[in-house]
Amino acid sequence: MLIAIAALVATAAVLPAVARRWGRAAFAVGSVVVLATLGLALVRYTAGYRTESLAWAPVAGLEFTVRLDALALLMTVLVSGIGAVVLAYFTRYASRGEEGIGRDAAVLVLFAGAMLGLVLADDVLSLYLFWELTSICSFLLVGGNGLKGEARRAAKQALLVTILGGLAMLLGLILLGTAAGTFRVSELVASPPGGGVAVAGIVLVLVGVFTKSAQLPFHPWLPAAMVAPTPVSAYLHAAAMVKAGVYLVARLAPAFAERPVWWVPLVVIGLATMVLGGWRALRQHDLKLLLAFGTVSQLGFLLVLLAVGTYTAALAGAALLLAHGLFKSALFLTAGVIDTRAGTRDVRELSGLGRRWPLLAACATLAAASMAGLPPLVGFVAKEAAFKAFTHADPRSALVLVGVLAGSVLTVAYTLRFLIGAFGGRGAEPGEVGRPGVVLTTAVAVPVAASVVLGVAPGVAELLAGDYAGVFGAATYHLELWHGFTPPLLESAIVLAAGYLLYRRTAAATRAGAALPGVLDAQRGYRAAVVGLEALARGVTSRLQTGSLPAYVGIILVTVIGVPAVGLLTGPIEQLSPRAWNSALQLPLTVLALAAAATVPFARRRLTAVLLTGLVGYAIGGVFLVVGAPDLALAQVLVETLTLVVFVFVLRRFPPAFRRVERESPLRHRTRLVVACAGGAFVALLTLVFSSLRERPSEAGAAYVASAKDEAGATNVVNAIIVDFRALDTLGEITVLLVAATGAASLGLAARSARRRALPTADGDRGQREDEEVTA
Amino acid sequence: MTERQDWEQWDLPTEAWLRSERGSEGWPRSLQLEVTVRVLFPTVLVFSVYLLLAGHHAPGGGFSGGLVAGLAFVLRYVAGGSVELASAARIKPPAVIGAGLSVAVLTALVPVAFGHPVLASTHWEWHVAGFGDVKLATNLFFDIGVYLLIVGLVLDLLRSLGAGIETRDLEREQERERRRAEEERR
Repeated sequence: MLIAIAALVATAAVLPAVARRWGRAAFAVGSVVVLATLGLALVRYTAGYRTESLAWAPVAGLEFTVRLDALALLMTVLVSGIGAVVLAYFTRYASRGEEGIGRDAAVLVLFAGAMLGLVLADDVLSLYLFWELTSICSFLLVGGNGLKGEARRAAKQALLVTILGGLAMLLGLILLGTAAGTFRVSELVASPPGGGVAVAGIVLVLVGVFTKSAQLPFHPWLPAAMVAPTPVSAYLHAAAMVKAGVYLVARLAPAFAERPVWWVPLVVIGLATMVLGGWRALRQHDLKLLLAFGTVSQLGFLLVLLAVGTYTAALAGAALLLAHGLFKSALFLTAGVIDTRAGTRDVRELSGLGRRWPLLAACATLAAASMAGLPPLVGFVAKEAAFKAFTHADPRSALVLVGVLAGSVLTVAYTLRFLIGAFGGRGAEPGEVGRPGVVLTTAVAVPVAASVVLGVAPGVAELLAGDYAGVFGAATYHLELWHGFTPPLLESAIVLAAGYLLYRRTAAATRAGAALPGVLDAQRGYRAAVVGLEALARGVTSRLQTGSLPAYVGIILVTVIGVPAVGLLTGPIEQLSPRAWNSALQLPLTVLALAAAATVPFARRRLTAVLLTGLVGYAIGGVFLVVGAPDLALAQVLVETLTLVVFVFVLRRFPPAFRRVERESPLRHRTRLVVACAGGAFVALLTLVFSSLRERPSEAGAAYVASAKDEAGATNVVNAIIVDFRALDTLGEITVLLVAATGAASLGLAARSARRRALPTADGDRGQREDEEVTA
Repeated sequence: MTERQDWEQWDLPTEAWLRSERGSEGWPRSLQLEVTVRVLFPTVLVFSVYLLLAGHHAPGGGFSGGLVAGLAFVLRYVAGGSVELASAARIKPPAVIGAGLSVAVLTALVPVAFGHPVLASTHWEWHVAGFGDVKLATNLFFDIGVYLLIVGLVLDLLRSLGAGIETRDLEREQERERRRAEEERR
């Protein structure tokens, strides 16, 4: 299965080029590749394939293991199946020659690859990596081309919230992994760690789950992300991103389901989100927003089912996971058709679409019926199982059942609102409504057909769902369309009837909902948090970064003197036996360096000071050469030259002479003098101690010298160390160089662009709007 | 028609070998320096490549080689300002930096495809008749990445600190002239 992930990433890399050449066909290419990964997964699973491992850094014990079990396959069906449908749909959703086709296609396929990696990964670090990759993909997809302020804000909110949770989760996973002594997920689940560390780890992991799956109070990012193109929303909601949190709960539930620290937060927050999401959905006029709050609600339901750890609940959860992916993708794709072809998705403006597009309306009705829990659809089968799981006499089950029933009533009500809002009405509109077209209708019909098939033959869904639920105990319940006259059937009937009544009274309900106090508005909380964080950052920065170079250098020097000096003075110092010189040439070079250094403080002009400092550097380079380190000498001389050049560039902007120091207070002047002298003296002492402590080459050095020729193919040991033995260090260093260069270039160029923006130019008003957005 | 023109103009220089005297910006120019640097430039670049390749057995390597190549560009810039630099390097510096890091990272990852750990290296030796022994160590590619990154880094410095400041001076000068013209009008 590694090859499937690699194939998706590779496809994503070439899709922009495909899109430049062939336009919308890029989506079709992506769709075929994604579908192929699904086929591969099914073939491999039936062939009994289980794990595969790629050791990418065996020395550090880091390897990437993929594992294909029932849960992973279930998720793969969602990720790849719905991914293929969404990409196929996108070929007609995007208009011909539209900007951004290559970007959207590539990021969507990469998204599918990341989700596939996430559900297949069997070690927590890879899992985390893919988890964050999905966050980044959704950021890119929601943000689009970055020109719309609303899209940028939504993308940033999604990124901030989910990355915050992701970091908490990473911490939690590391705690759990360290406590269990293994970073393999399967081993972690088989022998879960205990104790306080595990409790902290679980709580942190749950923070990640709640942010990713848009649970209270982190949910507003999901409705805000509705600015994305509808196929993206469909994928985000039905198969990717938010399902990652649900997946993680399903994956870890066998280990932790019995601990209150696991199930209490999941059940409480899940139920609260389910009810609140349903309630908010009932008040929306925008079809996509309605569905978005519906997803929030359904995600809460899924978390509750998957968290409690009984066979029936897990079976219902897995079945609902599948059902939700199918009906939600179909409904979102329907909303997308309405949006592009009818020009609006506001339920107050839509009318009569049902009679114009009977086929699409029929598909959407079936999908909505699955969402509401009507037979003979898979949504009904899953919901029956869910009711059954909590229809017990104990108080915990009864409380959960009440919450689940309330949430389901709301689900029925907002389903009716969606369906009648989208397709109802007499249709007095003028005939400017386009036709949905074959591809779009088929893309909606495919998941609907799957919902019907799984509903009529629930045994197919149970193959996977039952296999997953098997870890919680023996099979005591089966997914069936008809169980006879049982309490769950009665509950279903009550839910449907109550939901219908609630829908009829939506006007009253909306008025009541409008009275929701502002304190409960989570979006306001997010804004306050971001503003507070920015204020904190500003406060800290303005106190630490005063902008005074002498102050910075002084602090650095005092730290350099203070911290190692304690070690130097308290540690054992053997007698210092410095040799005066190794080579007679050292003497004139040292005298030169000393003389240059001693002259620097007396320089009046900045350029003189810089040149004298350079002279010190060159003299030291000469010393390196004399004592037998030509590599070091070469680097020293080159860097010194470059530094001089850079200095000269910068000095062009400064007045030629130093500011006269008489205006400065004598105390300050003296402090600087003391700090500078102490710093110099201390570093000299340190060098003396270090150089006299080493009497012969270290063991590591000797080993490098011995193995350079054979292992690195180099006789120059310095170079062998840089590019071979310690190549990872070099890689890190050049990355730092890259970051530093980018930062320096940005600083150097920033002032210019800022001034340019202020100038009254043709695009001046655009720049101004940009500024307003930043301050807002 | 156009082909005929092309044929007649095939030996026209595509770029000015030296900039004309009518430079738009106020950079004090020295013809001697500019010509000398133009002559030296390729030699210094070849030397930097020598340093890169010789690094395995003699002082040098990607870091030193990259710095020498970067200094070659510095010379061009010092001699003729940002216009001269632009004619010496047409690729954008961030692209060079990115290419360098990409080469290094890819070199690090390639061994994984052959079942070796990250950053593993190997080397081969051949005997080429009439030429001598040729040796290739895979870590040379890592060094090439370092070389590219350093060259890009120096170019970036020149762009932001050198050319950037220069442009700023120009802008200020233009601003001053504009104001003077306005005052005169009044």
